[in-house]
Amino acid sequence: MGKTRAFDVTTLPGFTFIAILAFVLLYAPIVTLVIYSFNGGNSVNQWGGFSLEWYAVAAQNEAVQDATARSLIIAVWASVISTALATMAALGTTRRGKFTGQTVIYVIINQPLMVPEIVTAVALLIFFSSVKVATGYSGLGYLILAHSAFCIPFAYLPIKARLEGMDTTMETAAADLYATPLQTFRYVTLPLLLPGVIAGAMLAFIISLDNVIITEFVKSAGQDTLPTYMLGQLRRALTPEVNAISTALLALTILILTLFVFVTKKRG
Amino acid sequence: MNTDIAIDARNVGKIYGSGAGAVTALGDVSISIKKGEFFTLLGPSGCGKTTLLRCIAGFETPTKGSIHLSGTDITYDPPYQRPVNTVFQSYALFPHLTVAQNVGFGLKMRGAAAADVAQAVDRVLALVKLEDFANRLPQQLSGGQQQRVALARALAPEPQVLLLDEPLSALDLKLRKEMQSELKRLQAETGITFIFVTHDQEEALTMSDRIGVMSAGALLQVGTPHDIYDRPTTRFVADFIGETNFLEGSVEDHQVRIGTGDLLAVPLEGETGPVTLAIRPEQVSVTSAQADMSGKITDATYMGTDTHYTIELKDGSPLVARIQSKSTATFDVGDTVGVAIDARAVQVLKS
Repeated sequence: MGKTRAFDVTTLPGFTFIAILAFVLLYAPIVTLVIYSFNGGNSVNQWGGFSLEWYAVAAQNEAVQDATARSLIIAVWASVISTALATMAALGTTRRGKFTGQTVIYVIINQPLMVPEIVTAVALLIFFSSVKVATGYSGLGYLILAHSAFCIPFAYLPIKARLEGMDTTMETAAADLYATPLQTFRYVTLPLLLPGVIAGAMLAFIISLDNVIITEFVKSAGQDTLPTYMLGQLRRALTPEVNAISTALLALTILILTLFVFVTKKRG
Repeated sequence: MNTDIAIDARNVGKIYGSGAGAVTALGDVSISIKKGEFFTLLGPSGCGKTTLLRCIAGFETPTKGSIHLSGTDITYDPPYQRPVNTVFQSYALFPHLTVAQNVGFGLKMRGAAAADVAQAVDRVLALVKLEDFANRLPQQLSGGQQQRVALARALAPEPQVLLLDEPLSALDLKLRKEMQSELKRLQAETGITFIFVTHDQEEALTMSDRIGVMSAGALLQVGTPHDIYDRPTTRFVADFIGETNFLEGSVEDHQVRIGTGDLLAVPLEGETGPVTLAIRPEQVSVTSAQADMSGKITDATYMGTDTHYTIELKDGSPLVARIQSKSTATFDVGDTVGVAIDARAVQVLKS
């Protein structure tokens, strides 16, 4: 061979086979789940004709309605709180010079990504139960706080990326034009940062919506979210109702992720 | 207190970092810039001119010294409290705001009423001839138009001093020439003190009332374009501004003997010992006849209106002469010619 070519993974033997296999392994179960959500029969693996019956069942099930509402309330609050905190953290870690302990701060912010979730869950269970005893409060606040905490790194990363890509001369120019630091944030930094903030909030929303382990440990009686409700169904006979709920959840996630991609692409 | 002074910088120094890695951006610079003046800070990149500008704007705090604006010490005031505005090299227009919102930003932040802001925006946009673009976004404008928006935005709050950080460097030659006269016109119309930073000596000479030449964090010479060009006090200034021949010599009997052995009757002010002569190419004339000195032409470059001849003198030192192309006599490489230097115009520098 006279010329050296750039390494191209697609030319390796078996590339196509492995790629197809990977996609099948990843998506076949999900596709099956979606198909059986339209099953007319009672089984999650025996086809009994097309029907929207299980969607109707799920929609009319009061436990599902409650869990959905609870999931959405928690996800909205958790994404708002975690995004606000993540924005402040991102500003603090990008809009000043290097400082001692910077690495430690990064590790602390991203801690939920690294500590095994089950450990955090157990820790929160013990901590919150003593708070419950002390205060007598047993509402959704615990779940909202717990979700907010583990959502922070997911909100933080896109916001930080956006801030690092932003030209700081904009902020210098604002200060030059009589904007106080607060005005600079309000009129220049925040509008330019908004795609990152929205992306961070969406990611946090999905992460909260999907959480099982921490929720299962922290929730009080009667505080099932959609995922923990579905987990509870496992102990009984599974019907395609679970498929229908999963498919609805999947559709919502795909919708938000699509918006996320658009928001991060636009004006990037 | 001299009320004619807009900016008074006293012993300003700026050191970045500390210990072994410290970098001195500004040594010890003192400068007084008059009200209504078009003052240019000129020097190569890294000479400290932008650092000095950023200290005046408030983006940097000097390590030592103080900066006064119309007699008030502003050294430690944040940028948003200084009646000083900046035109940035990158323009730094707010991409999410329209041209009108960009231009009105400063007044809005200062709390001006919406009607007053709108009026000022109209007036300043008319000044830079961009009335028709008020509702566009910056990215919908050409580079030259963005430049004028940046200028309008900095002028709208009517600052006492306008700082311009190499604002023309991103424009092509024709547009740059246009903007140079535009800037002069704006300065005359507004009466605002302009402090202009550039590395382009031609730009500095054509635009400025006074120029401060900087090198390696020091201010070498301050003067009118004539002073700087005709009477450079250091070899750096003579070399940086225009083209200059340097000949080494020593003072003998109120004249200077150069390497060829010739004596030149240059203007001396008590210098003794070894000196450097700075000779502009236009002060050298070339003839086919016998003259004070002789040399051999080693290079001829036709430049349109002028021709540049490089002449090798008897001792081997090169001398560049600029001769108007319309002059009847032309010379070829290899010709032996007579060389005369207009000694009265030669600048004597300490070696």
